Amino acid sequence: MDWKQLWEILSAADNVPIIAMIPLLAFYIYLAWKQAHANDLLIEQLAGDAALAKTHHRKAWPFKPGWAKEVHVWPFLLRVEFLAAIIVTIILMIWSITLNAPLEEPANPNLTMNPAKAPWYFLGLQEMLVYFDPWIAGVVMPTLIIVGLMVIPYIDTNPLGAGYYTWKQRKFAISTFLFGFIILWVSMIFIGTFIRGPGWQWFWPGQTWDHNRLIYEVNRDLPDLFGITSNWGKGIFGAIVVGGFFAIGGLLVHAFFRRHNAKDYKRMSLLQYSIMMTFFLTMLGLPIKIFLRLLFHIKYVWITPWFNV
Amino acid sequence: MPDEKSPNGKNGKSVGLVERVTTGVKEDLESLKTDLPAKAKEQMEILSKPTKTQVFTSIFRHKHDDTPRNRALGVLSNVFLHLHPAKINRDAVRYSYTWGMGGITFYLFIVLTLTGVMLMFYYHPSKVQAFRDVLYLEHDVPYGKLLRNMHRWAAHLMVIAVELHMFRVFLTGSYKKPREFNWNVGVILLVLTLLLSFTGYLLPDDQLGFWAVTVGTNMARATPGLGNEGPFAPSFITPYNDVRFGLLGGSIVDANALLRSYIWHCIGIPIIASIFMILHFWRVRKDGGISGPAAVVLDSEVKEAKK
Repeated sequence: MDWKQLWEILSAADNVPIIAMIPLLAFYIYLAWKQAHANDLLIEQLAGDAALAKTHHRKAWPFKPGWAKEVHVWPFLLRVEFLAAIIVTIILMIWSITLNAPLEEPANPNLTMNPAKAPWYFLGLQEMLVYFDPWIAGVVMPTLIIVGLMVIPYIDTNPLGAGYYTWKQRKFAISTFLFGFIILWVSMIFIGTFIRGPGWQWFWPGQTWDHNRLIYEVNRDLPDLFGITSNWGKGIFGAIVVGGFFAIGGLLVHAFFRRHNAKDYKRMSLLQYSIMMTFFLTMLGLPIKIFLRLLFHIKYVWITPWFNV
Repeated sequence: MPDEKSPNGKNGKSVGLVERVTTGVKEDLESLKTDLPAKAKEQMEILSKPTKTQVFTSIFRHKHDDTPRNRALGVLSNVFLHLHPAKINRDAVRYSYTWGMGGITFYLFIVLTLTGVMLMFYYHPSKVQAFRDVLYLEHDVPYGKLLRNMHRWAAHLMVIAVELHMFRVFLTGSYKKPREFNWNVGVILLVLTLLLSFTGYLLPDDQLGFWAVTVGTNMARATPGLGNEGPFAPSFITPYNDVRFGLLGGSIVDANALLRSYIWHCIGIPIIASIFMILHFWRVRKDGGISGPAAVVLDSEVKEAKK
């Protein structure tokens, strides 16, 4: 266990925000879960009691008859905003006094930094470079993330859960988002920041960053495992595997979705449904490719003269 | 023509000019003696109520007694506060619902603008001076180090705050009808925030920024169709005219890249982001204020739209 190495990585000034994100994220997930749970209990209670459902104010927070439903922004909201501004300023001041912004040596094109890392919020994408070609990791994936986020309001046809925390009314939407945000975005940033060392090699926390470490691993392409050598064969084989993933995966998701989200399934148009399927299956494809690469040393699944996946 | 009846006339008798001046001055002094204390007293009374002065009332156009009307006017008649409605859902002020992350993001943007403008006073976006300017800032400019630290950490905080804001908006289903479009504006603002932070990374012109930007822009080489190493690129796309060249203003990260980065960071993206922020805030109001906390809806109450 190389404590010095571990401390160097953890205390690197630019890594501090990521470490700060762990407790922040944990706190806010707890806060959201607490309210979602309270609302879910209330929904259950109201669903079982029609008389109460008619009279209840329908929030987990207390409300007494006679209380105003609305309050003045001045002062009730403004004081919160003012406090928030002060607290943020204090945090920022203390942080800025105690921790210096990093400044390395002057830029030198002849001296490559090893590892050369992008800013922390892009490390998820940089980590994707291990598993995909640059045009996929660097161009297609960011585009898919942006477009995927943008289509969310138009493919989520579930009218429930608008304006309050809930889990039971939106299980599919919330678990998909959590999967994308926590597993694919935040945890990849973690791996990129804390695990990847010189040569972008995998170093467990506490392992010394050995710049001369050599790894004797042979990455193979999936067609090679099946003894396919011709270019045509590789292209067709890859198309079948990738197409098969989308076909079989699509069928499985379809079987699941129409049973467990019957109402949403009924509401969705063909366009909405196919867009959701495409993005959902692409998202699921990422961890599969990651596991194939990390566990079985498989580099490409689909090889063509123009692109490799 | 001189007036004959005038005491000062050429032909009339002069009735003691000196006399008249002295009585006049005496009168003036006399009036000062009586008027000044009275006016001073009056003035003291006015000054003891500064909110009644013309200067004050010209700036603040309503009273500040604690009445519902004045509470509403305090928000509505203020250009900065009128982003807000006069009244909001009583539960919307609960921190546990909104987490305040949207507001904190905006506040951090303001902090970054202020600290950024101050940093610009000490910075030249040229290969010769950029790094020295940062050293100068850190070691010689009073509070220069604090200024740079604040700018750096506020930028990181802003990225975190934006992501948490988006997380909250998703979890509360706030992107649902009628707020679909504003969610899209928010996604664009998220991208702009990341780009703002990324373009700032190169500016100290140190190894960290240089290699981060090298790694980042190398990916642009692989843009399908537009990068010289990307798939489907036509043969006339070379390292000297592809999309990466356009980003960097050259085939390597050098002086032009520094200048472009600087201009995008300090002028281009802040203006674009400001426009989208105006749109974002405007739409929050126009789409009915913040989404909640709304009353829970039961599954049995959903009316299916007819197809």
